[in-house]
Amino acid sequence: MRIALAATCIADALFPQAPRATVTLLERLGHEVVFPAGQACCGQMHVNTGYVREAVPVIRNHVETFAPVLDGEWDVVVVPSGSCTGSIRHQQAMVLDRAGLGAQARTAAGVAARTYELSELLVDVLGVEDVGAWFPHRVTYHPTCHSLRMLRVGDRPLRLLLAVGGIDLVELGAAESCCGFGGTFALKNAPTSAAMLEDKVTNVRDTGAEVLVAGDYSCLMHIGGGLSRASTGVRTMHLAEILASTREEVR
Amino acid sequence: MSRTFLGIPVHRGPGSAVGRPDEPFGPVPHPVEPLRWGPSFPEAAREALKNTRLRGNLAHATSTIRAKRARVVDEVPDWEALRDAGSAVKTRVLAELPELLQELERNVTARGGVVHWARDGAEANRIVADIAKAKGADEVVKVKSMATQEIGLNEALAEEGIGAVETDLAELIVQLADDMPSHILVPAIHRNRSEIRDIFLARMGDAPPDLSDVPRELAMAARAHLRRKFLSAKVAVSGANFAVASTGTLAVVESEGNGRMCLTLPDTLVTVMGIEKLVPSFEDLEVFLQLLPRSSTGERMNPYTSLWTGVTPGDGPQEFHLILLDNGRTSVLADEVGRAALHCIRCSACLNVCPVYERVGGHAYGSVYPGPIGAILTPQLTASSGGVSGHGDPNASLPYASTLCGACYDVCPVKIDIPSILVDLRAREVDADRSHPTVWGAAMKSASWAMSDAGRFRLAGSSARAGRMLARDEVIHHLPFPGSLWTGSRDLPAPPKQTFHAWWDERERAAAHPEEDR
Amino acid sequence: MTDARTEILARIRAALGGGDQRVIGSSSDDRQPGLPITPQPADHVREYRTAGEHAPGSAEVLELLVDRLVDYRAHVVQIPADGVAAAVAAALIPTATGTPETVPGAVNGAVEPPGDGLARAPRAVVVPPGLDPAWTAALADAGVEVRTDTREAPLSNAELDSAAAVVTAARVAIAETGTIVLDGAPDQGRRAISLVPDVHVCVVRADQVVQTVPEAVRLLAPEADRPQTWISGPSATSDIELDRVEGVHGPRTLHVVVVQGP
Repeated sequence: MRIALAATCIADALFPQAPRATVTLLERLGHEVVFPAGQACCGQMHVNTGYVREAVPVIRNHVETFAPVLDGEWDVVVVPSGSCTGSIRHQQAMVLDRAGLGAQARTAAGVAARTYELSELLVDVLGVEDVGAWFPHRVTYHPTCHSLRMLRVGDRPLRLLLAVGGIDLVELGAAESCCGFGGTFALKNAPTSAAMLEDKVTNVRDTGAEVLVAGDYSCLMHIGGGLSRASTGVRTMHLAEILASTREEVR
Repeated sequence: MSRTFLGIPVHRGPGSAVGRPDEPFGPVPHPVEPLRWGPSFPEAAREALKNTRLRGNLAHATSTIRAKRARVVDEVPDWEALRDAGSAVKTRVLAELPELLQELERNVTARGGVVHWARDGAEANRIVADIAKAKGADEVVKVKSMATQEIGLNEALAEEGIGAVETDLAELIVQLADDMPSHILVPAIHRNRSEIRDIFLARMGDAPPDLSDVPRELAMAARAHLRRKFLSAKVAVSGANFAVASTGTLAVVESEGNGRMCLTLPDTLVTVMGIEKLVPSFEDLEVFLQLLPRSSTGERMNPYTSLWTGVTPGDGPQEFHLILLDNGRTSVLADEVGRAALHCIRCSACLNVCPVYERVGGHAYGSVYPGPIGAILTPQLTASSGGVSGHGDPNASLPYASTLCGACYDVCPVKIDIPSILVDLRAREVDADRSHPTVWGAAMKSASWAMSDAGRFRLAGSSARAGRMLARDEVIHHLPFPGSLWTGSRDLPAPPKQTFHAWWDERERAAAHPEEDR
Repeated sequence: MTDARTEILARIRAALGGGDQRVIGSSSDDRQPGLPITPQPADHVREYRTAGEHAPGSAEVLELLVDRLVDYRAHVVQIPADGVAAAVAAALIPTATGTPETVPGAVNGAVEPPGDGLARAPRAVVVPPGLDPAWTAALADAGVEVRTDTREAPLSNAELDSAAAVVTAARVAIAETGTIVLDGAPDQGRRAISLVPDVHVCVVRADQVVQTVPEAVRLLAPEADRPQTWISGPSATSDIELDRVEGVHGPRTLHVVVVQGP
């Protein structure tokens, strides 16, 4: 399968290990990965903060960059982020539509229909749960809010993790509770965000895990920042990074 | 910035704690406007977070109710179909509101009730006060009602020399403490049992001196305290959970029996209901009487539901007044996105699952409607014009009081898409405020410019890598303002040495060049 | 100045008036026609269950009803039709057939039998005018003062407050939710009588027990204008730390006598 990668702006700039692992993983599974050069951002931050007018050019750029998927240039688009996939699927067409850009909105809806979050792509499209990964560490999984409640990825990430060789997967307490990131919420309501983060850090620490894994680097940036500040020694990793790990590769 | 929080009670009833030098249960806000009090949400939340006892009380109570709700919802095989039906019925109600309200009016009137219309809270309060005075009542008993909280009825009656006695246990606790409710269903959720005992001992007058903090004993003290009032009250005031247009039937859903007391024993009953509380037909109750109790108290059914239609000769109040209240609802209705907030049946499930509410409590929202539903309802009910709160209104901060985690939407029994409405309200505020340049606005504009083009995005990325200079061992611990809002409680990883697109380009070049010499 | 009614109805019509679709992300001066945001759903969506899988009065629904009532801490007995009078009396007079179980911590759970050593006369039991006379007779035979309350000659609130208990029939019961509905028919009486006395004995016939809420609502709909009281267990509150306490203002003890058989 020919797969276009939407790396997401935050991972491209700050957490390149997630899209790199996505490339490694998909190529190992025998697929061709393409990184369309025009991409920048999906527009989620602007929409969710209320700057919808400012989101329009950002979204148009994303839609134009990935529109070739409609012409068969690639089979699907993969996004290693639950919240960006959620924004692409549930916000982009609506924003363009309401800005009076009907034709672009229809293109956006078409692109969105061919866009998958990583665990969705693996389980639903590629039909694989055991990706041949090896990761002999104690790991706990945080289901990010938008993966859980916007995309409804359900237990797909857990099924993928459970098939990883050597892994010791432990349950996270109050896993489904938000970590308090919420994009600009973390800045606009910093003390409340910090209070939520504190509880998340406590729950992660209580698992005794070496690694906290999630499907979204924005949440991982937040929780990781808290884990680091509290000197817990717990690392954060994207789902793709664990799935890309193999016995041959010493991590 | 306009602030309405004055720190002192303005409307207080006779016998209340005005001027007491010691305020043992406070400080608590006392609003002039029940829908707009206190500072903006971020400021109020910061203060609330300092109260560790409050956080403990809330964490305990919300986790208890969340578990109860989940248990009784899981046993309903057609829960999602019921939610769909509830949502569809409410959508229809709003679409046909003028016709349905007139149908309700005709049916209530035909059965001996009197229907009044009130454009705002002052008009509704005036009608209630006039009825009470005409009946010679200097005290009315009240069933818990959000509509009368919203219009400040108790304070308005007090100014007319009429005492309003709250009879719901939690409302009684709040009233005795001169407090404000902090939850739609459990208004005293911020109080624990020992605080409640202290309030009863100090303020109830007839509380047994050896009162313990066992909930059963506290409930029995309230029973004894209110019994005489129920048996002798001439006038009762209630809200309504539902009103059936096709029959004129009103419904009140409750637990303690205080509602039945008020709805049954006094000779005159005045019901204040928002104009959106309608359902078209009696059969629609079969949907909501399943959705509401399981969503709100986490019970299969609440202990008591009373349904009455006008006046029944020889049974219950022989004089019935129904006040249909607008008070901002029609301006909410005017917005095709925001109007879904009027579907709300006041179950409070969204409060109980909200991670923000759980940390800061209800008072931080500065409205009798707290939590996620309050964050979309309050700013719309109080919007000055064009559906926005406007610059400097503390209610303008409410749509931002959420991480958009979506837990509220998942539990809403009538499927109000609260996260989407929050986002929509943010957009309304931003658009209305465009004449006031802000730091946020400038940042968002430049980010839009940078993020709508790959070349500009890459350029911005390379300048951000200068941030590596701020890092120690690949971690940034401190940033100057506004970055300090982040680093105040979290670290930030140093920007990587190589962005993803740089890595990709390098890989592409490496893949292309070795092949060139074939 | 227009009256409130006219003005509110005008406001609603203006709000629903349409044609004023807001374009998000645009200021008022560059409005463009947008598309409807939320498609209007079709008229009522009724894909939920309107009846249960078990027939009214079947053993399954009776078992479910009893389970739910017990969960609410109501006292439940199931008896054949010829045992109702004795069961009602037994609920009210512990000495008649031994001591019934009581709610832990309940106060004044039942009528004190005469000569219990307390300096208090046995209090009255209130009944509605249409109650089965055989049940009333059994109480009178046991020495209890039976007072009949009617719409025409109602007992005062004080009289109801001094009564020990009330006995009523019911209109319908819902098994899944443990709910009994009274609708003011002559065998159920005025709303006040099942409210003020501290003990309520309610007799439910098996054929009145349906499985689901919609079945009950549809039974009640033809006479929707009757005053209805839906009762699910004794009065209760969870207002203190979400800790459920049975017994507040309404009857603190609820006895349900389920009459088996046809």
